[in-house]
Amino acid sequence: MKACVIVFPASNCDRDMQVALERSTGKKVDMVWHRESDLSGYDLVAVPGGFSYGDYLRCGAMAARSPIMGAIKKHADRGGLLLGVCNGFQILTEAGLLPGVLMRNANLKFVCRDVELTVERNDTAFASGYTKGQKIRIPVAHHDGNYFTDDETLKRIEGNGQVAFRYVDNPNGSLNSIAGVYNERGNVLGLMPHPERLVDAQLGGTDGLPMFDALAKGAA
Amino acid sequence: MSKITPEIVAEHGLSKEEYQLVLQIMGREPNITELGIFSVMWSEHCSYKSSKKWLKTLPTEAPWVICGPGENAGIIDIGDGDAAIFKMESHNHPSYIEPYQGAATGVGGIMRDVFTMGARPIANLNALRFGRPEHPKTRHLVHGVVEGIGGYGNCMGVPTVGGECEFNKSYDGNILVNAMTVGLAKANNIFYCAAAGIGNPVVYVGSKTGRDGIHGATMASTEFTEDSEEKRPTVQVGDPFTEKLLLEACLELMQTDAIVAIQDMGAAGLTSSSFEMASSGGVGIDMNLDNVPQREQNMTAYEMMLSESQERMLMVLKPGKEDMARAIFEKWELDFAVIGTLTEPDADGNGHMVLYHKGEKVADLPINPLAHASPEYDRPWVPTPKRETLSPESVAAPTSIMGALKTMCGGANGSSRRWIWEQYDHMVMGDTVQRPGGDAAVVRVHGTQKALAMTSDVTPRYVFADPVMGGRQAVAETWRNLTATGARPLAITDNMNFGNPQRPEIMGQFVGAVEGIADACRALDYPVVSGNVSLYNETNGTGILPTPTIGGVGLIDDVSKTVGIGFGGVGQAIIIIGETHGHLGQSQYLMEIIGRDGLAMEDGAPPPVDLALERKNGDFVRGEIISGTISACHDVSDGGILVALAEMAMTANIGAKIEDVSGQLPLHAWGFGEDQARYIITTSNPEDVLERAEKSGVWATLVGTTGSGELTIGDEHSISVAELKNAHESWMPDFMSHPEAH
Repeated sequence: MKACVIVFPASNCDRDMQVALERSTGKKVDMVWHRESDLSGYDLVAVPGGFSYGDYLRCGAMAARSPIMGAIKKHADRGGLLLGVCNGFQILTEAGLLPGVLMRNANLKFVCRDVELTVERNDTAFASGYTKGQKIRIPVAHHDGNYFTDDETLKRIEGNGQVAFRYVDNPNGSLNSIAGVYNERGNVLGLMPHPERLVDAQLGGTDGLPMFDALAKGAA
Repeated sequence: MSKITPEIVAEHGLSKEEYQLVLQIMGREPNITELGIFSVMWSEHCSYKSSKKWLKTLPTEAPWVICGPGENAGIIDIGDGDAAIFKMESHNHPSYIEPYQGAATGVGGIMRDVFTMGARPIANLNALRFGRPEHPKTRHLVHGVVEGIGGYGNCMGVPTVGGECEFNKSYDGNILVNAMTVGLAKANNIFYCAAAGIGNPVVYVGSKTGRDGIHGATMASTEFTEDSEEKRPTVQVGDPFTEKLLLEACLELMQTDAIVAIQDMGAAGLTSSSFEMASSGGVGIDMNLDNVPQREQNMTAYEMMLSESQERMLMVLKPGKEDMARAIFEKWELDFAVIGTLTEPDADGNGHMVLYHKGEKVADLPINPLAHASPEYDRPWVPTPKRETLSPESVAAPTSIMGALKTMCGGANGSSRRWIWEQYDHMVMGDTVQRPGGDAAVVRVHGTQKALAMTSDVTPRYVFADPVMGGRQAVAETWRNLTATGARPLAITDNMNFGNPQRPEIMGQFVGAVEGIADACRALDYPVVSGNVSLYNETNGTGILPTPTIGGVGLIDDVSKTVGIGFGGVGQAIIIIGETHGHLGQSQYLMEIIGRDGLAMEDGAPPPVDLALERKNGDFVRGEIISGTISACHDVSDGGILVALAEMAMTANIGAKIEDVSGQLPLHAWGFGEDQARYIITTSNPEDVLERAEKSGVWATLVGTTGSGELTIGDEHSISVAELKNAHESWMPDFMSHPEAH
């Protein structure tokens, strides 16, 4: 399993993601600067949280046009695993790799707290460590996590089973309480909550660990 | 060149006497650029001219102190080659005028102070004080300040892990925003500001210079009046995105050997940074302002030297390292410009700051007289009159003990601050072991089992009633809060917020508070390593409560041993450490239940602080935490034993049955008295803990057992934890959901 974390100007959960991936894979995880253009050696590419380009213009909009994005698309097209968390999720929707958009939270405030999620399916490389319908506790930390799509897209992603996780108690106004979505093929996952933040009992929980353990095993 | 008139001198905030000193130092009339530079360098904010004499009396040394006050931030040794670098700084006046940007740039400025020295910031805290909730501006200010702090810190990816927030009418026209940053560095890779190496290049990096914040330092050194709103253009605008890039670029360059000296451009911007570097190094600087990256056209030398544009740094590099350094800053898409050269001092040993602009020499100033010979005042002061201690019997009982408890837990000053800290990312960087809401935040040293505990505290009403005791109490409370997590308290930073020092009674508050802080630092081996003074916190002649905010940092050797404030399970024994005398003078009970404001003499003296007792009780509690015998610990402060018990219960969602052990004291004095040096702990092994306490000469009382959903005292008084929690959690969201908040 070879994994890397993409670093944009003002990514700031890059190290957290690296720590979580290294803990589960037991291997060194590379940090890849956004000006690079080749990701051919990697099984898993993670786009971390943060404030790429200061969230100026629109969250993720500028990063989605960075030089690395060509390589990220190629990686996804050839079936490589691609994980976007928080700002990473915003970037992947801006790049058209995942459906929907992330709007400002319904109460217009940044929110940082643990939330409960329901695991919607567990037949993917990301979620095989959970059981279907399992409730897990994962932190959110975002200002723009309000998931939205047009009706048609919503119907399609619900119909295809592309919803990965749902909030039990919706913290941001997301449509259908959607916290994370897959692409149709299931090799790309974007979610607003931060599984990498709860992989260590000392930090208050380990509900994020099964995702990284599953990725480490599945793509071994 | 324009002639300097007395009006121009006055507009620059310099007194007649100070201007005479300017003429003496220059040996001629200064031009307007030079006058502007004098004005900011000698502002209270930059020169500490009213406070210096007293600050010198603070203890600043201990074997673990690497660098005390005087640099950008203080540095302590935390073992294994690691150092913690921290400081607290105020951004009060700007935050009142423009709350979002004022607070945001306060956070940005304090983080720069810390990473300038080579540290990666690992935690932010903030101590906020607003006017009374009913004041028409309060909601707007809370809203803007909290969003500004979050907006900056969240983008930087540095967790905001703790702080405090208090409402009091004395801050109606002058809020306090004190921001603290704690960073980590390697003890052998710390950077200082002393310039060295004649001929070495002086390099400007970061954002471009604009016209924002000109004379911010001078504004921070005067009282507010009705027209302060007109000073809005002197508030700087923050860009956390650029600061994040600046942080990464600086830390990357710091991994090489290119940097001789580095200084951030904070208050008084290019002026103070260049003068501080030159004066610390005993050299001069020739600076060409044409090379300064500029955001606006036709900026004058005066404007460039006084601009407080954010996210800028000044460095002296070793010769020949410019290209390598430039490549790093270009990678991070930041400006990089060589704007000057270090020069020899003159025959008298004075370095000169010589500025060129558009081919002309526009200023020539001797550096040392400006930097070191700034005025130092021994302002007249009068001691604060002593107050009587209130007897416990003299303060009326509430109609219901539990009703009073609910009121206090659900009032403006006793309620949960969750509404605030959920707007701050308090977990990013993946090392926050104890999140906000406890006694102190605990943040792990990345990749180790060590951790730093950090907190900020002060009880301004105590300081007002007795500055010496209040100063002691502020330090002692931080020490207790750190101790309650199992940390060994190491050092403090002090942020002295006071009114107009030209009033003897205000100066007396300052002098008294410094004395109290110094007493406590000495008694607890807990020196001051950095700090900031903010005077003239007055509006139309009314001063704030004296508010010396103390930020404390402690070390936990094994983070697995730390405990929180939530009851450690059901069926645990509850023990109070320390003696209870029912001290209700200046108590939260007196304010919230009896409705006093603490200002009148009959509101009594604050609780006395016995520093030897603090040390004895604290050392005992810490020893128990480290040996793993106790499951929760909370210090007893505002609101006394009952509020502390309620907080432990609400955090764990577990109730408790407490014996009525008030004895001779009225129950409300026992329950709400604010005697110092006390903690509440829970343990499954009460006999052993009590026995060891007795051996150590520590007063310890078994008062009850955890369990059920009720908090009960004796046979008569009971309230459900859920009801308390509902009151505790709802005040702030309810208050802020009012439409005026936006």
